Amino acid sequence: MTVEVVKPGLLTTLQDAGRPGFAHLGIGRSGAFDAPALRIANALCGNPSDACALEITLLGPTLRFHDDAWIAVAGAPIPLRVDGAERPMWAPVFVHAGTTVELGTMRSGCRSYLAVRGGFDVTPVLGSRSTDVNAQLGPLAGRPLRTGDVLKAQSVARAASKPVSWRLDPRPWFPDDPVATLRLLPGSHFDKLKETSRKLLFSETFVVQADSNRVGLRLSGPKLEFDEPVEMVSEGCVPGLLQLPPSGQPIAFGPECPVSGGYPRIGQIAAVDMARLAQLKASDALRFTPCAFDDALRALRERERALTRLETGIAARLTA
Amino acid sequence: MPTAPGGAPAMADFRVEPLAEDALLLRFGDGIDTATNARVHAAARALRDADLPGIADIAPAYATLLLRFDPLAWTEDAGVRLEQALSPERLLVRGRGLGEGANIMQKTDAGDSRTASPLTLPSPPSSTMGEREIVVVPVCYGGEYGPDIDAVAEHAGLSRDDVIARHTAAEYTVAMLGFAPGFPYLLGLDASLHVPRRATPRTRVAAGSVAIGGAQTGIYPRELPGGWHLIGRTPRVLFDSAREPPCLLAPGDRVRFRAIEADEFARRAERDA
Repeated sequence: MTVEVVKPGLLTTLQDAGRPGFAHLGIGRSGAFDAPALRIANALCGNPSDACALEITLLGPTLRFHDDAWIAVAGAPIPLRVDGAERPMWAPVFVHAGTTVELGTMRSGCRSYLAVRGGFDVTPVLGSRSTDVNAQLGPLAGRPLRTGDVLKAQSVARAASKPVSWRLDPRPWFPDDPVATLRLLPGSHFDKLKETSRKLLFSETFVVQADSNRVGLRLSGPKLEFDEPVEMVSEGCVPGLLQLPPSGQPIAFGPECPVSGGYPRIGQIAAVDMARLAQLKASDALRFTPCAFDDALRALRERERALTRLETGIAARLTA
Repeated sequence: MPTAPGGAPAMADFRVEPLAEDALLLRFGDGIDTATNARVHAAARALRDADLPGIADIAPAYATLLLRFDPLAWTEDAGVRLEQALSPERLLVRGRGLGEGANIMQKTDAGDSRTASPLTLPSPPSSTMGEREIVVVPVCYGGEYGPDIDAVAEHAGLSRDDVIARHTAAEYTVAMLGFAPGFPYLLGLDASLHVPRRATPRTRVAAGSVAIGGAQTGIYPRELPGGWHLIGRTPRVLFDSAREPPCLLAPGDRVRFRAIEADEFARRAERDA
């Protein structure tokens, strides 16, 4: 099964669940920024949860399918047209050989995932099919899709093209509140912030800057300051880390963040809210709310249970 | 630096700091020095050897060790095994085991969830140190490969040959890899060669460039932007994702540089290509 890239879209990359285990070599995990959306798109195609799919950013690609395929799109709302006809997101969609699939401009949010049944079949690099554009690592030598690329996927095992009459309710998986509220765990240097800055961090609204990407989101808001300059040497970093460089404007790390860095850490975005961070684009507003580690872990476990239930339910419907 | 990288690290406390739901930092100190860094690598080895289930990443930095695990798979048993791996004898965390991930992060005393417990890590046996052979990295110094070598020489008040002699005489330790896949931060640079970073970073530094930035020396694994002073270039390939292992150098490795001439650089570059 082959798919030809007619138009690549703004920034479309192959992503799976990421590349753990190489942080000691200076290699981060990368992987889908909105991990639950990738899992749901995969579930809708009957794929394993970590199969390789396309991560689409703001403006979608146009793809020509040379063979029959099942596809599904989950994440930020984006028009999906199959040979010109609008088709639903959050549902399995059958695509006939020779069909053009066109994804438009996102109505809100920043990232959507297009999965194909069988997953995109690219050679894993260090155990993962994730693209790390910043590290130039992964499929396609770590670059986004280009016009003319030909992607392979496993051929559809069952020929059934009977359209499904259901779609998922996207609301639990794509909250489109106008101002995102992200739970923030205390960072190593939170206590070193001025008292006024500690209050401002949780009382004020921050806005995502244009020069944001999968490495990190630059935020603008009230200038945050330390009581005294914080001196530190380079230490391990993970996605979700909220660093405060000397500018006083925080940076929230994404999946392609460096594995180490030397800016003070004022917080850590709760893992359960990384999917919300993934959906923020330039000019979007967000706020932070304080959160304890126990509560963040509990929320993560609850979401995992809900996701697993959903995946099981989808699998049952697909085989019904 | 008074402590040789091959020496046995002293017994020392370290602290467990929660970083994220799926990440911990073990903190051995706050600065850049070989003794602290050796303790980081000893702990990394102990944890790697223990092969703990659920721990995905064990990544050393100068004074800290990053552990990443699956927060949903993390169990009481995993915490106990982490504890055991860090001590062949007995390791107490204020009378309680490390326990579940949440427990590490939510210390009950002092009401401060960020205050980590001091742990005691006994000295690892010195036989675990320096197991790996020294990696010798050939470098063609100066000329087009090391355009900043004269600036370094001038800053140090040395001749170009002295810079090369001192850079090749030292034994280095790979303190950590970072910045880009396979970029080694090397400790052990002769104090006379410490040079502040360039005022204006270069937008393109060639792959294999050997450089000095402050008290450190490093090697650019691919073409990258960079603000360090370029003193030479190695024909060795630092990083290749298709190779096993992908990186020429691993954290904790000992490294020496060997000066080569341009013709040897060309021969080796062809072979590695």
